[in-house]
Amino acid sequence: MTTSIAPRRAAAKRAVRRGTLIGWAFAAPALLAYLAFVITPLLLGVQYSFYRWNGVGPSEWVGLANYLRVFTDPNLLGAIRNAFVLIGFFTIIPVSAGLVLATLIRTMRTGFFSSASQTILFLPQIIPLAAAGIAWSWMYAQTGAVNQILNAVGLGFLARPWLGDLQTALPAVGLIGSWVLTGLCTVLFLTGIGKIDQSLYEAVRLDGANWWREFITVTIPGLRQEIAVLVTITVIAALSSFDIIFTTTLGGPGRATMVPGILIYRIGFTQSDVGLASAFGIVLMILVLACVLPIQRLARAGAR
Amino acid sequence: MIVNRAEVIIGRIVLVIVLLLTILPLANMLSAALQPADVNPVGLRWPTDPQWINFATAFETGNVWRLMGSSLFIVVFVVPTALIFATLAGYALGNLRVRGGRFLFLFLILGLTIPFEALIIPLYYEMKGLGVLNTQWAVILPLIGLYMPFSVVWMRAHFLGVPTELSEAARVDGATTFQEFWRIQMPLARPALSALAILLFLWTWNQFLLPVVLIADPLNRTVAGSLTFFQGQYSSSIPLLNAGALIIIVPTIVVFIIFQRQFIRALLQGAVKG
Repeated sequence: MTTSIAPRRAAAKRAVRRGTLIGWAFAAPALLAYLAFVITPLLLGVQYSFYRWNGVGPSEWVGLANYLRVFTDPNLLGAIRNAFVLIGFFTIIPVSAGLVLATLIRTMRTGFFSSASQTILFLPQIIPLAAAGIAWSWMYAQTGAVNQILNAVGLGFLARPWLGDLQTALPAVGLIGSWVLTGLCTVLFLTGIGKIDQSLYEAVRLDGANWWREFITVTIPGLRQEIAVLVTITVIAALSSFDIIFTTTLGGPGRATMVPGILIYRIGFTQSDVGLASAFGIVLMILVLACVLPIQRLARAGAR
Repeated sequence: MIVNRAEVIIGRIVLVIVLLLTILPLANMLSAALQPADVNPVGLRWPTDPQWINFATAFETGNVWRLMGSSLFIVVFVVPTALIFATLAGYALGNLRVRGGRFLFLFLILGLTIPFEALIIPLYYEMKGLGVLNTQWAVILPLIGLYMPFSVVWMRAHFLGVPTELSEAARVDGATTFQEFWRIQMPLARPALSALAILLFLWTWNQFLLPVVLIADPLNRTVAGSLTFFQGQYSSSIPLLNAGALIIIVPTIVVFIIFQRQFIRALLQGAVKG
């Protein structure tokens, strides 16, 4: 007996090993691409971040000096602060507006109007962010539509070049983000509401609940997963914003709209301080993780 | 369903206002694009004498054919390659469940939240080292890698959902792993694949940061990346800038309207899974 089992076992082991080998062969191209163009630059970035290097000449080991600068230089801290302000416009406004809108239009029967409005709400999601930036720089221009509308409704005294004004530039840029993301939030919430048990709505209505109570007790809990997803996506979009700001203000006027993405580009390529730019990149990555992980954990805890 | 009439009416009004706000910037671009090219335009209004010629001028001076060609070149290499790599890996992780697969999966998840800005500086020097800087390959190669975390996770989720009995039946019938993959799994994966293809197409076509940094000549970039070139080219003419930007946007919008159902479904699924 033993003589026949041993080879069989060996064969089985060989088969498993062969299966694993084939499996890894299937995974290899993706893994290699990932190693070559995500992990390699990531490790390179970590390496650069400990050096002072202008990109061409010799480099000099500076230890943690670059990281120290990220956390002490007011310009870099200012960019991080601006990125957090943008969360208000990229996350809080679109998610709350999306929730309210989805609640208001959930009663709409599916038909031409409903599908047409979905299409329109999705448009900002389809066009390049850079194009949205161009469209809005013209909206905000001195002779642009925003000032024109303000004049028409008698608020002409508010008119100004919105992107050129130190006070309004950051909110103005932020609102472009709200414009882009509100549609996505609304449509995703609408699908989410469709999955909520309709009898829950009927029950609270029969209890005499008003619109607000229904919103708080049925809609919000029912959409917890969608909210977590959208908060995650939009927070990442806010912290790593680049395209919109690049095509509208480039971080100006002064440093009013400077964000980490633009500053990394400037420090790395205009000022040729590769070490500092890489350190800032690593800090940005950790910042995004530090914001996203708690959201995921909260969502999972809430689901239990 | 119990709803107040007032609620329905308020809902409609709010919706119409939001729809108008959504369209306004785009309509405003059109209104600017149709005003005389050599004057500074004024706000939103339908010009008495619409200058459709601006589109022709912008098309000509913006080298739009070349830009579209360059974008298409990038898309044609990035999207199919990423799809093939992701499907193979997704199959290995979701169906074959290779040993060590869990580790690989977590390793990929790590890459999901890395912002492109964090990698752009080292990518620049990596591409320089490979000698592809300032060519389309400087965007094609990194994009394939950068898409892997999302795409593999996406395809893995699909293959996890396919009942294992199917593969077992195929094995019993003597199919090799590759035959089973090609004949049985691929046809089933078509909806997941086409949704992923839509997302990757859109992300590539609209990609801005990589082409701006890695390709110096705007004419070799993606159309989105070339918008900065338009801004430089037409800095003195807002009508031409808007006409040029509209020319760039319109193809995407047309494709979107044709495939809107698939687009919206793909984007929503993408949001949830991502």
